[in-house]
Amino acid sequence: MKSYLLPQFAVHRDDDRCIRCKVCVSQCSFGVHAYDDEDDEIRSNEGACVGCQRCATLCPTGALVIRRHPHEFRPNANWSEEMLLDVKRKAETGAVTITGMGNDKPHRVYWDHLLLNASQVTNPSIDPLREPMELRTFLGRKPDGLLFKDGRLITDIPPQVMIETPIIFSAMSYGAISYQAQLAFMQAAQELGTLCNTGEGGWPMDFRRFGRNVIVQCASGRFGVDPDYLNQAAIVEIKIGQGAKPGIGGHLPGEKVTAAVAATRMIPEGTDALSPAPQHDIYSIEDLSMLIYALKEATNYEKPISVKIAAVHNAAAIASGMVRAGADIIAIDGFRGGTGAAPRVIRDNVGIPIELALAAIDERLRREGIRNRASILVAGGFRNSADIIKAIALGADAVYIGTAALVAMGCTLCQQCNTGKCAWGITAQDPYIAKRLNPDIATRRLVNLVRAWTLEIKEMLGGMGINSIESLRGNRLHLRGIGLQEWELEVLGVKGAGQ
Amino acid sequence: MSAQVEVLEVLAAPGAGCVTLDARGRSYRELNRTLRSLATRRGVSRISVTNVLGQRYIGTNLRGEIEVRLYGTPGNDLGAFMDGPVIYVYGNAQDGVGNTMNSGKIVVYGNAGDIAAMSMRGGKIFVKGNVGSRSAIHMKECGEKKPLLVVGGTAHDFFGEYMAGGTAILLGLSLGPGEYHKANFIGTGMHGGEIFIRGRVDPSQLGAAVKISEPAGDDMRRIADAVGEFAELFGYDAGEIMHEEFLKLSPKSLRPFAELYHAGSRDSLQLG
Ligand code: SF4
Ligand code: SF4
Repeated sequence: MKSYLLPQFAVHRDDDRCIRCKVCVSQCSFGVHAYDDEDDEIRSNEGACVGCQRCATLCPTGALVIRRHPHEFRPNANWSEEMLLDVKRKAETGAVTITGMGNDKPHRVYWDHLLLNASQVTNPSIDPLREPMELRTFLGRKPDGLLFKDGRLITDIPPQVMIETPIIFSAMSYGAISYQAQLAFMQAAQELGTLCNTGEGGWPMDFRRFGRNVIVQCASGRFGVDPDYLNQAAIVEIKIGQGAKPGIGGHLPGEKVTAAVAATRMIPEGTDALSPAPQHDIYSIEDLSMLIYALKEATNYEKPISVKIAAVHNAAAIASGMVRAGADIIAIDGFRGGTGAAPRVIRDNVGIPIELALAAIDERLRREGIRNRASILVAGGFRNSADIIKAIALGADAVYIGTAALVAMGCTLCQQCNTGKCAWGITAQDPYIAKRLNPDIATRRLVNLVRAWTLEIKEMLGGMGINSIESLRGNRLHLRGIGLQEWELEVLGVKGAGQ
Repeated sequence: MSAQVEVLEVLAAPGAGCVTLDARGRSYRELNRTLRSLATRRGVSRISVTNVLGQRYIGTNLRGEIEVRLYGTPGNDLGAFMDGPVIYVYGNAQDGVGNTMNSGKIVVYGNAGDIAAMSMRGGKIFVKGNVGSRSAIHMKECGEKKPLLVVGGTAHDFFGEYMAGGTAILLGLSLGPGEYHKANFIGTGMHGGEIFIRGRVDPSQLGAAVKISEPAGDDMRRIADAVGEFAELFGYDAGEIMHEEFLKLSPKSLRPFAELYHAGSRDSLQLG
């Protein structure tokens, strides 16, 4: 069947600048560029271009410009080009369209409608260059109260995991991301004194040495979950849902289940790695509690157990159930969270923004008097340090960053992660392509990003006259809304600017 | 004797290495902690526990070569994440027997509840009676590790759903003459492993992902080994069990859902 889809990107090569070095030919993993020996010319099949900008970034003479293809359909407010192409694609394949990365729809980003406070005259601001600023955060259940006897603490303190900055790396599975990319996360987490998350795809044996900085997941596929896996990590996270694809499972296609991926997931090579939509031992809050305590038994009550859900309409009530079920940490993933592969229709239409979910959950747990019983981790589209500090003021203990971390490594959000061809080597499985991501350079980029954001957070905290992140946590008086409606202010629990 | 062990009465030590505990009135946490500390004690090779009543997670986080005999009814998630021990249950077991089990053996002299052998990766489970719904769901295998579940009776719905590896056997001994197995949707989404069924099943009881065949020679050898062990454990005549025919179910494809999805990019479409 002839495809009626038009190219998405146009490739412009300035022939005066092009020196025929063929960097673009070797770097484009989507097979766009080819060198014609006879004519000494580089030709481009722009229909295959996904706009990842790898070739343009590496072209030594700046000869390449990749831009949106200028073709235009007759304007139609109902039928955007995207809609037209989506119908045609389905007409040609008869299949669910899979994509990578997070929701790209222009929904309101509430972070951009929240403003931070600063000290003026009263309660002076603090200069973080001169005075210590405390960002250290402890993740885990806090006791309902503290009892002392003869000046000694006698309350049992549940297990806590200390992180030096409230920024941790989101769950990304080996198999979805490359070995090199996962190594970079582990090294960066260790250097920063924070955590990274293996995702549900197992934990390569060579990375076990990073255990103190690692959260492992126990998801519906139970890939690679054995007693060592559970006991060598700092935190075990039960993954119920993911912001990019709430309510559905996942599957890593058989062709990506290489020998190394299979060994890590502890499944046979070449079979689809299916993660069923639900965990089949969890059909209720009571069942969830059963798995939480199974994991506590399996880890001798020495590790906090986290439960991760996607931000959905009833997130606050579900979170309350999770805390009561025994979760020491609850992780909420908003609808802008990324993914290695998800049906586009789910990614773009299911779930709610993390800002609203977080505000509702923190409020609900406080009202019920159980906020201390679990730390809250939030994920789903954090783009800068201001988003993060606002999340902490809304009640988060720490923030998971995924997309931003990938961007730091080179990702340009071309949304092709599911194809396994990532030209930046991040979500590639082909060893030839994956090798282009140097784990040590990627580590540096990750460390730099988190360090820069950490410094910025200190600046903002100091400006508010606060010297410890603890004092900002859930302190919504430091936030004001702008350009928001009454109901939105109410859900966020903040006043309007000027009020 | 450590303080932890004293919380349970040690009834007797009939032979070297054998310890008996009374679980009456004990929480699972207490019981399991005690089992752990006993199991690591030198010279202890077998622990019998009497009056077991609903305590969960027995065998979880017990490692190595220890034998545990349970008298009564253990609670959910018996042997969850278990790695090594051998557990005998003289009674019925509840839901989640051998959940995500890595190695070892569980023998149930009664029935087991739902999701028996869920996500099991290694070791063996023998159930004399029947199992509930979603048993053998998402069983897998990995290299040398090939889990085995043998059920003497029948199973309820979704037996072997999403199965990705290992061997699950239904012997149908609890079925009357001409009676069909209870499970519907057997092997739905199966993409690895094998199921052998003795006793009647109608094709309508099977998931779309499974292929039916007659067991081949080496299949029969594997079945005979498993049935031999089953018969010895529960006092059956293996020859009599093997006398009837078995059906083999295996996945039609290692990638049952591949056709339902399409990578969104244009270049992966067939052009021209
Ligand atoms: S490298 Fe990326 S931007 Fe360049 S042609 Fe290939 S797909 Fe397009
Ligand atoms: S990780 Fe790679 S494939 Fe995925 S969006 Fe980023 S650049 Fe594209």
